[in-house]
Amino acid sequence: MRGAGKGYKQFMEADPINFLNEMKAGKPGAFERFFALVEKRVFAFGLKVCGQVEDAKDTLQETLLSAFKALPNLEFKDSKALNVWLYKVAKNSCLMMRRKNKYQPDRELSLDEFMPGRGNEGAPKEIPDWSNLPDDALLKEELRELVRRATLALPAQYRLVLVMRDMEQLSTKEVAEALEISEQNVKIRLHRARLFLRQELERYFKEGDGAARH
Amino acid sequence: MDQLNCREMFERLSEYIDGELDARLLECFDEHTRDCEPCQAFIATLRKTVELCRESGSDAPAQSLFSPEEIEAFKEAYEQAVLDLSDNARSENHPA
Repeated sequence: MRGAGKGYKQFMEADPINFLNEMKAGKPGAFERFFALVEKRVFAFGLKVCGQVEDAKDTLQETLLSAFKALPNLEFKDSKALNVWLYKVAKNSCLMMRRKNKYQPDRELSLDEFMPGRGNEGAPKEIPDWSNLPDDALLKEELRELVRRATLALPAQYRLVLVMRDMEQLSTKEVAEALEISEQNVKIRLHRARLFLRQELERYFKEGDGAARH
Repeated sequence: MDQLNCREMFERLSEYIDGELDARLLECFDEHTRDCEPCQAFIATLRKTVELCRESGSDAPAQSLFSPEEIEAFKEAYEQAVLDLSDNARSENHPA
């Protein structure tokens, strides 16, 4: 299954609130069905944020344990609300994992790091346009891998926003709720994270063999 | 467009490509980028970055990562939480 949007879409189409309600009603097999649905979703998210399968599995375990202990006390109005809550729990587990391991240290990404400079005449510098990629499956896979690596190099506060918004394709409002920050803050962090990734891709095209292929 | 406005524009490029700008700002962006090749290239490559990001999801496991015994342990944790909730409700209704 490639692409988080797809996984997220499948998750939402399954309408997990129904699975949850069946589980709460004690319907036979309902726990296992709900567990399977949530496990897939949380693991995919954890892998994008942590990068390593073992870390993602630890995150998953923490998330599921916290979630199943808390669920009897909680009511959700719909699958969207349940989904946002699950991301909130998973985010907390990811941050706990981060404290245990040596992830990228937190630092602010400044807009100025990414602003293109100006040439001698004061006019904006020429910017290479590498957006028209050839239809080359290998190159695209290499670029996706580069994006995954660059995502892991992002400080956590930016990585979580980028993964939720661009990979999981949650709305700005949902990300804000899951991360308990303002929508404006989501937009600011997302933009800087995207600029960071764009810069890494540009570097690849300038210096790497991607330029030669291109 | 002076430097400050350039910075303001640069700051809101993601909102531009996400279609989140209001009509007035959108017009400003369109007007500027129409004749500015570096901006066009920057926006095109930022759009491409987002597209690659959307395609860079991780694979979800086809089968559970947990053994049946481990899943049973999660179920027990859930059932214990349900019991705790009923106990709490009972003691609230019938205080000692």
